[in-house]
Amino acid sequence: MTNIISGVRNRIIGGMAALLMGGMSVFSFAHAESVLKIIPHADLKNLDPIWTTAYISRNHGYMIYDTLFAMDESFTPQPQMVDTWTQSDDGMNWSFTLRDGLNWHDGSAVTAADCVASLERWGKRDGMGQALMKHMGSMTAIDDKTFEMKLAKPFGLVLESIGKISSNVPFMMPARVAATDAFEQISDFTGSGPFMFNKDEWVPGSKVVYKKFDGYNPRSEPASAAAGGKLALVDAVEWTYFPDQMTAMNALMAGEVDYFESPANDLAPMMAANPDITVEVNDPLGNIGFLRFNHVQPPFDNVAIRRAALMAVKQEDYLAGAVGDQAYWSTCYSVFPCGTPMATDINNDIIQVADTAKAAAALKAAGYDGTPVIIMQPTDVPVLSAFSLITAQKLRDAGFTVEVQAMDWSTLTSRRAKRDPVSEGGWNIFHTWWIGADIMDPTSIAFSGNPDAGWFGWPTDPISEEARMAFFSAGSMEEKRALSSTVQNQAWENAFSGHLGQFFSPVAYRNNVKGLIKSPVQFFWNMSK
Amino acid sequence: MLYVIKRILATIPVMVVVALFVFFIIRLGPGDPASVIAGDYATAEDIEEIRIKLGLADPIHVQMGKWMLQLASGDLGHSYHSNLQVTTLISQRLEPTLLLAASTIILTVLVAIPLGTLAAYKAGSWIDKFVMVFSVAGFSIPVFVLGYILVYFFAMELRWLPVQGYKSPFEYGLLPFLRHITMPAVTLSVIYIALISRMTRASVVEVLNEDYVRTARAKGQSEFKILLRHALRNAAVPIVTVLGISVALMIGGVVVTESVYNVPGLGRLVLDAVLARDYGVIQGLILFFSFIYIFINLLIDLSYTFIDPRIRY
Repeated sequence: MTNIISGVRNRIIGGMAALLMGGMSVFSFAHAESVLKIIPHADLKNLDPIWTTAYISRNHGYMIYDTLFAMDESFTPQPQMVDTWTQSDDGMNWSFTLRDGLNWHDGSAVTAADCVASLERWGKRDGMGQALMKHMGSMTAIDDKTFEMKLAKPFGLVLESIGKISSNVPFMMPARVAATDAFEQISDFTGSGPFMFNKDEWVPGSKVVYKKFDGYNPRSEPASAAAGGKLALVDAVEWTYFPDQMTAMNALMAGEVDYFESPANDLAPMMAANPDITVEVNDPLGNIGFLRFNHVQPPFDNVAIRRAALMAVKQEDYLAGAVGDQAYWSTCYSVFPCGTPMATDINNDIIQVADTAKAAAALKAAGYDGTPVIIMQPTDVPVLSAFSLITAQKLRDAGFTVEVQAMDWSTLTSRRAKRDPVSEGGWNIFHTWWIGADIMDPTSIAFSGNPDAGWFGWPTDPISEEARMAFFSAGSMEEKRALSSTVQNQAWENAFSGHLGQFFSPVAYRNNVKGLIKSPVQFFWNMSK
Repeated sequence: MLYVIKRILATIPVMVVVALFVFFIIRLGPGDPASVIAGDYATAEDIEEIRIKLGLADPIHVQMGKWMLQLASGDLGHSYHSNLQVTTLISQRLEPTLLLAASTIILTVLVAIPLGTLAAYKAGSWIDKFVMVFSVAGFSIPVFVLGYILVYFFAMELRWLPVQGYKSPFEYGLLPFLRHITMPAVTLSVIYIALISRMTRASVVEVLNEDYVRTARAKGQSEFKILLRHALRNAAVPIVTVLGISVALMIGGVVVTESVYNVPGLGRLVLDAVLARDYGVIQGLILFFSFIYIFINLLIDLSYTFIDPRIRY
């Protein structure tokens, strides 16, 4: 008995000593590495940026993978992993040669075969990639550093597609990883990007840690959006997801974190008033609010009724109500983000009427019979929740019978995939937003007029779809602009969706953080503290 | 011993019922993990393909059969999102939750029982009234409001404590752990102090009127010894019951505190899994919590035999 007691006593004393020594050693750990502490906009659940379109997985991809081409701040594709490339006069044959010194995180060299396999996997999931593959004749690795594409049909967006900036980004992976079925998750996270994913420290829903990859060979050009030199200027980047915005703000103000990617707009003034914190808009394109109709179910299977609903939309009301401070929003009556090459004013009168009385008259003329309009309201997404309530009121003022059904975002994403009547679980309206970078041209699925393969809502418009498909083959900027104008003309004529204006999410960071890159996607290379 | 074995064997049918119930109830609810996984800009075809790959397109009885077979082999399942085993996810989150619960209970016991006993001893006095007012206030103030208030004063203004986070004592040492756990434990304990002090007061008041207490006083026992050895001990059974249930509830139910203080515990894991419709994690976690709840109830029942020698199984 005495031995047991003394043994327990010794273990307790030893454990306490270990705890105290552990407490002292934390100081040496803290000074050994420079760690950039980030609050990301969402928690990282899925690690495969090809398997999911989620933006947080895309951002994770940018940390650990590299791309063949990348968009610069003027949205021009620039070579990234590619050193030189050639294109035949007719644009049907392409050859790409990789830069020297590209290595995977496991030390092996990046090869052309890896790139071909990665593009093939990406091309099975991404809309732009699927379009490229439909036009592809063959894609083969010629040697370790060179691969060729031989197109079967003209495709005017080769570099734009393999250098696209947002989901799904064509990240390069080792061929053994890219061999994974495109509808199953990868389990090997070897990349060739400036940081390495530390899987041992990953706590899904809470924490992600990336360590600097010393073997990364950056380009020499200065960083410009996703392009240019990717310099890892810190030893590690730590993402810690905060479910509570107030706590996140307090942590930034107390200096416990360095950067807050997506603060709520109403917290921005508090942080801006803090002399140690900078609040600014880092994404020049912002987000575009969408009011999406269900075109296959009444009453919005009637184009005149859809157009009547659009006449009730007043962008200022949506933006003021959902976003607040006018410093963070602007109206935009183009279906493509204002300030981008394809933005146009064609046929946009309908979205500028903004008059519920006129909407009511148009609704009556359209023969509306009182069929209830079901609006799905995602109460866990504040901006979309506000959009839903504003739409409900505007439609009621215009004479619609409206029912708002509250739910969470997950329920909405499941329900919007149903084409069934409302009585069988269907819907009439949901709201969302696209980041500007994802709808800069007609290639986005948001503009599809093919009800069988298009985005939720399923508009039918053969003219728009033909123009959209032609855009993939278009060569000159004039041709692309003409086709974009056709798509916009049809989008408003057929009332595909209501566009609710452009809004911008600020970022907030401590003043000792340097090197932010202006971009629609947040990158963490080039940043130091 | 026979009683313990019977209780342990009785958990098996309970767990089977819980497993079946949670399997069906989450599938009856709206939402689908495939649509969440696919992301906002996927097509309906993408979503359906993912459903097939995850086995969600299988007939319900096939899905249930696979789940039960998995359970029978001790596999709680895996996350559809992260692809990690549920046991791995639990092991990542268990320590913060257990230590937060333990810290809260220790604080609660240290404050609530003396407070409730004092209130009972001074029943009707201003001390009693103060304790009862505190109890009502403690129940009434929302956890997140109290949390924000504490953060404002102790972290933002005084800079005595950190705003958020959790640091393991085994990795960072005792002092960083205590600094990070103090405010969450205080925030969480307020409601339990309110509850336990009120319960203690009620139980002790009842006991103080018993004949054996009058006898003890007549025999010249000090008031302190009467309170400690006679009153509190006899009042302990309901107090221990509520404490035990509180611990069980804390294991999965402190999501608000964990969110306010950014503690990566099991409460947040449940919430995240529900919002993401991560069926595998929800099922595994509910089963885990059920087991914990049953186990803690068993410990409570066994503790009665120590507290009250008259109780035998």
